[in-house]
Amino acid sequence: MLTLLFDGVAYGMLLFILAIGLAVTLGLMNFINLAHGAFAMAGGYTTVLLMQHAGLPFLVCVPLAFVVTALLGGVMEFTLYRRMYDKPHLDQVLFSIGLTFMAVALVDFFVGSTQQLIQLPEFLKGRTELWDGALGMGHYRLAIILVCLVLALVLQRLLVRTRFGAQLRASVDNQRVASGMGIHVHKIFLSTFAVGSGLAGLGGALGAEVLGLDPTFPLKYMIYFLIVVAVGGTSTLSGPLLAALLLGIADVAGKYYVPKLGAFIVYSLMILILMWRPQGLFSRDGQ
Amino acid sequence: MSAAQRLRTMGQLRLWEVAVWILLLALPLLLPTHALLISEITIIALFAMSLDLILGYAGIVSLGHAAFFGMGAYNAALFAKHLNPDPLTGLVVAMAFSGVLGAVCSLGVLRGSDLTRIMVTLGVALLLQELANKLDGLTGGADGLQGVVMGPVFGHFEFDLFGQTAAWYALGITLLVFVMLRRLVHSPLGYSLQAIRDNRLRALAIGIPVHARLVVIYTLSAALAGLAGGLQAQTTGFASLDVFGFDRSADVLLMLVIGGTGWLWGGLIGAVVFKTLHSVISAWTPQYWTFWLGLFLVLLMMVGRERLLRPWGWGRKS
Repeated sequence: MLTLLFDGVAYGMLLFILAIGLAVTLGLMNFINLAHGAFAMAGGYTTVLLMQHAGLPFLVCVPLAFVVTALLGGVMEFTLYRRMYDKPHLDQVLFSIGLTFMAVALVDFFVGSTQQLIQLPEFLKGRTELWDGALGMGHYRLAIILVCLVLALVLQRLLVRTRFGAQLRASVDNQRVASGMGIHVHKIFLSTFAVGSGLAGLGGALGAEVLGLDPTFPLKYMIYFLIVVAVGGTSTLSGPLLAALLLGIADVAGKYYVPKLGAFIVYSLMILILMWRPQGLFSRDGQ
Repeated sequence: MSAAQRLRTMGQLRLWEVAVWILLLALPLLLPTHALLISEITIIALFAMSLDLILGYAGIVSLGHAAFFGMGAYNAALFAKHLNPDPLTGLVVAMAFSGVLGAVCSLGVLRGSDLTRIMVTLGVALLLQELANKLDGLTGGADGLQGVVMGPVFGHFEFDLFGQTAAWYALGITLLVFVMLRRLVHSPLGYSLQAIRDNRLRALAIGIPVHARLVVIYTLSAALAGLAGGLQAQTTGFASLDVFGFDRSADVLLMLVIGGTGWLWGGLIGAVVFKTLHSVISAWTPQYWTFWLGLFLVLLMMVGRERLLRPWGWGRKS
């Protein structure tokens, strides 16, 4: 029981890191980016390829995955995404689906369609049992929770305490007024998009072992990221976090207790929540 | 010409449209070896047309229209297998089930932003796919529902191996739907929907019952998607999990965008172009054709989809 809860929390934390970039993109630019999973996949494959071909240790690869994906995100924002901000949602959706298809086919072409495995370092492999096995904690999952928790705290500080965070929040609230006050909204967009993509890449790298990594990754998990954002809302950091935890726990518990239903529980839960509160559970705009 | 007269003539079929339809109906005779392909394209065109109703006329972005298509396909297949092999009755059943599902789902797309709508539509399709996968006793699960044997159309025309009957059948139904929709979109209901699409708040202010209209059109669109799904299951004698797939919803959206939204022909043209593109590219590189599809989508969206239909505007800046 506690073990399930633990696994659910680890899973949820991972989803949070993966999806937070999407929440920011959506809140900031009102851009529905279905290709977000592709950045996560890019992070995962960076790690795998670096470990296999360059022989770098896992702990070096994960930060590198962040850097590479952030750079990739920055370049993509500058060259492609920027032109799509003021287009209708239908165009944005089709554009990002197109990017996703391209990413899937490219990875399939260059790396192959098989599932990629990651060799974890020895000290992350073990498992600790507490209270006569009532709570079994895989060390790797524990590490994931810790890393994600630290990241969430750092992001929170960044958003609330720094000048950049204030500018970001101002731009989210009202783009026109913010740029009228002399905030370089475009620069904020660029850096936020890069960081968001980088976080997705980091999540992809960390999650490759838990979620599995193959070329269909962006399509398989797209719905999960979107659930986190749609349910959690885009105006706070805690909304997506709670939504991600809820989703993680519901998914793990659902698959354990009623395996016949599979992902059924998560989808129906999402639809019910969205019918009840269309703006998301933790949104400021909801009544 | 008075406004009333103009509105009435706009709803009528043009001469070229009649000519094109006669040509289409003659296609199975002209290209007898391609009858299977003809019925396949016709069915997707009908599916795209049903999406056009909500996307082009009511402005609802849906990423899960395959939910209704699949619902229709499975219902038609199950109905034929267990109850009655008559195709037309089967189609009515498929439409009814998808319509009811559409009416229920329409409650989810009335409120909220585009994202909420996308999520709800996508979620419903995934939910049904999961359901069809797990109820393997009824649906055959991942193996698909096999062994569907259809009775003859009108008790007279047997489905043949070369797909002649299937092609006529699909074309006939699609023509019927096309004429009906043509009347519908130029009726007061159709115009009120376009008003809602263009500005929901103003439409509400001039007294259009926005919610009721959206429920009606969403239900109708779902029923027609179910009809397309039913046709697919009947003509192929098979229903599998991929009828609910995300690819299917995305593909049909793309077809509609290629052909242009909001004029009913878009679905037909888009389906033909898409299928041609598909067969050309996948003959050249079968495994990686999604890359080119993706590239096409990205480029199309960068230049703007309105301009695809107006090549004379390509040089100008929008």
